[in-house]
Amino acid sequence: MSSDFPWLTALIVVPLVGAAVLWLMPAGARRRTRAVALTVALVEVAIGVATLSAFDTGDAGVQLKETHQWIPSLGVSYAVGVDGVGIALILMSIALVPLVILAGWREQGSDDAPTDRLRHFLALTLVLEAFIVAVFAARDVFFFYVLFEAMLIPVYFLIGAFGGAQRRYAAIKFLIYSLTGGLIMLVAVIGLYLQGPGGKDGFLTDNLTGLTMDPTLEKWLFAGFFLAFAIKAPMFPVHTWLPDAAQNATPGTSTLLVGVLDKVGTFGMLTLCLPLFPAASRWAAPFVIVLAVISIIYGALLAIGQKDLMRLIAYTSVSHFGFIVLGIFAFTSTSVAGSSFYMVNHGLSTGALFLIAGYLVARRGSQDIADFGGLQRVVPVMAGTFLVAGLSALSLPGLSTFVSEFLVLVGSFARHPAAAIVASTGVVLAAVYVLWTYQRIFTGPVKDGLETMPDLRPRETWAIAPLLAAMIVLGFVPGPALDLVRPPASVTLEQVGVTDLPAAAEGSNP
Amino acid sequence: MTFTAPQVDWAHLSPVLVVLGAAAIGVLLEAFVPERRRRVVQLAFSLAALAGAVLAVALLWNGVKRTGGVRVLGDSLVVDGPTLVLQGTIALLAIVALLTVADRTSTGEDAFAPTAAAVPGSDYEELARRRGLQQTEVYPLVLFATGGMLVFPAAGDFLTLFVALEVLSLPLYLLTGLARRRRLLSQEAAMKYFLLGAFASALMLFGIGLLYGYSGSLTYARITTAVATPTGTDSLLLVGSVLVLAGLLFKLGAVPFHSWTPDVYQGAPTPITGFMAACTKVAAFGALLRVWYTVMPGLKWDLDVVLWIVTIATMVVGTVIAMTQTDMKRLLAYSSVAHAGFILTGIVALDAQGVSAVLFYLLVYGAATIGAFGVVWLVRERDADGIVLGEATHLSQWAGIGRRHPWLAGSFALFLFSFAGIPLTAGFIGKFGVFSAAVDGGAWPLALLGVLASAGAAFFYVRIVVLMFFSDAPADQTADEADDAAAAAPVEAGDDVPVDADGGAVATLVAQRAPSVTTTVVGTEGFATVAIAVCAAVTLVLGVFPTPVLDAISHMSTFLP
Repeated sequence: MSSDFPWLTALIVVPLVGAAVLWLMPAGARRRTRAVALTVALVEVAIGVATLSAFDTGDAGVQLKETHQWIPSLGVSYAVGVDGVGIALILMSIALVPLVILAGWREQGSDDAPTDRLRHFLALTLVLEAFIVAVFAARDVFFFYVLFEAMLIPVYFLIGAFGGAQRRYAAIKFLIYSLTGGLIMLVAVIGLYLQGPGGKDGFLTDNLTGLTMDPTLEKWLFAGFFLAFAIKAPMFPVHTWLPDAAQNATPGTSTLLVGVLDKVGTFGMLTLCLPLFPAASRWAAPFVIVLAVISIIYGALLAIGQKDLMRLIAYTSVSHFGFIVLGIFAFTSTSVAGSSFYMVNHGLSTGALFLIAGYLVARRGSQDIADFGGLQRVVPVMAGTFLVAGLSALSLPGLSTFVSEFLVLVGSFARHPAAAIVASTGVVLAAVYVLWTYQRIFTGPVKDGLETMPDLRPRETWAIAPLLAAMIVLGFVPGPALDLVRPPASVTLEQVGVTDLPAAAEGSNP
Repeated sequence: MTFTAPQVDWAHLSPVLVVLGAAAIGVLLEAFVPERRRRVVQLAFSLAALAGAVLAVALLWNGVKRTGGVRVLGDSLVVDGPTLVLQGTIALLAIVALLTVADRTSTGEDAFAPTAAAVPGSDYEELARRRGLQQTEVYPLVLFATGGMLVFPAAGDFLTLFVALEVLSLPLYLLTGLARRRRLLSQEAAMKYFLLGAFASALMLFGIGLLYGYSGSLTYARITTAVATPTGTDSLLLVGSVLVLAGLLFKLGAVPFHSWTPDVYQGAPTPITGFMAACTKVAAFGALLRVWYTVMPGLKWDLDVVLWIVTIATMVVGTVIAMTQTDMKRLLAYSSVAHAGFILTGIVALDAQGVSAVLFYLLVYGAATIGAFGVVWLVRERDADGIVLGEATHLSQWAGIGRRHPWLAGSFALFLFSFAGIPLTAGFIGKFGVFSAAVDGGAWPLALLGVLASAGAAFFYVRIVVLMFFSDAPADQTADEADDAAAAAPVEAGDDVPVDADGGAVATLVAQRAPSVTTTVVGTEGFATVAIAVCAAVTLVLGVFPTPVLDAISHMSTFLP
């Protein structure tokens, strides 16, 4: 296959076609809803692997570029292209989708009679997948913005139509929060465009990078972008929509929402805020780092206090996103690369946690941690997988999250020792919320009514195993993944205009 | 001394002449065509007339694009790029709106009173109702109103502007009072609209008088010249300008001249509400654009304060009050107030790209509005005996409609998302355009307030989507809908959620109402389906591929000075 095959466009189009097929399916063929959706998702993974092979890891720049005029009169182009971080996130996202489909096999209706509801659920998931790929690949600020906002609609329906008891409230809260951030970003997008060269391709990220603009204006525009990304990520103090959304969405939706969609926030900070507004990023860094550290501690503390399993996982993510933001704004190549890798690992780890938690909840019919107990003896396999996923959330050495969290802390220490030290207490708190949760659910006397709980079925195992395998493999052999994210990190630092600091560990051990 | 006949450029008048001529003939048709054929003839004739207007605009298009436009009838009318865009938009929207007006639905009844002259509740009215009378005067009335709207943005002097205002307003006052159901509400709305409209007309006329006193002329061009030459009588000019603006702002429903909007939108027959909300807004903004961009640029510094306050107040008041509404038509009315504010942000800065941005916004807003009211027209109440009543306008009555009528509710959701400015709908491109114009013209605080108001507005649009798709319909389905309900049963079985479980956001909407009245969606004769489908297609296509329309408009957005 030639290298100028439009790989990224193919990755965007395939899920959309799949969704269209699901929606247009004649009533007679609807028994095959799940098979069709799963096939599409697997084809997508295959294309993703092919895309990776077309990607030159030695090149730090943006590759697989495609640029076409979309709305020339507004300066908007359809422009896609990825660097190492982009492709890593795309691969992580499209790998999660088939697992989510597999894990949610029985969620919407029984095995033999798939309902219309299931069809809509799967189609919306595929639409969301297309938006996710496109947003990570967008090289045009307007195109990015359009996807950033349009993505809300499938998620909104996924939460509102398929979620739990408070789904309507959660869906509205999610949408209004995100929309507010997005609309403020819209003003900044317009303001940025007016600073740029304009013309038919005036929104291309390349044309807007490295502009000289009034420092005050730059700070305002940065603030507009950053607020939207902070809400999306989500960071303290604009995180309050996430626990509600995660609590009320289906586990599959939560996996995609927290594991993938929220990465758009940190990804945006990394690939838009920093290169587009370097001076303002340097100016805001101390403030952002304080917020990131608060997120780490505050998220972890709240996670410890949660009674609801899904809310707990959501709050651990607030803490983890704090680490990612800390690494991005510490401006060392180690910390930025660590954050990029963290984004991938967090998707795997949180995805696994949400899916296993989903199994538990589906069996028990309750999300309340207090309703569980002593399950270790009843469902040993499930207990084991939960423990591995939980340990990855607390960054146990040997699991991939450890590598990234370590890189973030070490890299940040070089520039902001105090912040790194305070942040590292988050690791201790993580041990508390993970192990205590494990203890409450899986150890002790078996709660009444749980004695006959079935262990993981093969289908469920298949949905989890790839995630655990990836965490362990990337934990022992992080090299290839780090090769993807290191070169873009140096490029980012160049764009921000800071000199790299050698990470403490590397400095002491040259 | 010989009398020279004025040179009249009939060709450039053709869109207006076709529609007003057809309206006059429509009155004669009403008198001479036998009753049973009248509806078909009137409908075909009206649609043909409006299509003729669109055709005339299309034929004039390239000439005007080349020359920049001409003045007709001694400066009374200016046919330039924006005029043609606005006339084309109004005629196209009127065609779509007329389709919803014409649709008698599966109940066989249109939206209008059988005998408008009968006292509500009288025996005479009851007799007319039982005879099954249906009136067709609405068609020429709509054509007259459309004719006025076509002249309004093209007016080149204030007298023409005023005459056009009255030509478009009087039929609308009348149409507002013609609702078949809730006739007292409808008549009250018509009365309010008429009184407030007359008041606004009087203000505007007084303003025109003052401007005449200042400049000695009624034509825009002469007044523009006079504005540029300072004299000692600035107060005449300023007060006159403000009063003229007030008249225009009344028509487009800006705060503080908005108080008629909710009552009139609610009381008027729903298809007429759609027509009025879309087309009047286009015409009024067209006239405001011309006056603001050609006559008043010299006064920008003096009038800026006024327009900024009006814009901010319009966005904020429209959004905040809409949040508290429980009636669909009133909610859409306040939403239209908020949208007037959004459009104003693109105008205030007097930015060059503001014109094309506003023209595009008006087109997409109009399409979504007509579509939305078209849907409202089909969602009805039904009593215990299975008799279909009027529109089910209370929000709580819309609960669960998306489950039973996915296409209808889906298109309504699309219109709402377009109102909310979600990307990949046309409303987003429109909002982007006006906010860009505001930022570009230095009015970025307006753009910022605009997006915040948009976020607030999104709340009530989204709430409706939640009601339609995520809430369960009340359990008391009547027998007729049992098969519908059975089909949806697997869906609803998965939902063990009580209606009041969502923390108040939706619960407040579920009001007490007579248990015997249920919500139903009536079938259409096809006209309304076509109208809603066209509106949905426009909303979607212009959201994804707006380029051809944007380009066409941007070449036609320069006013003849």
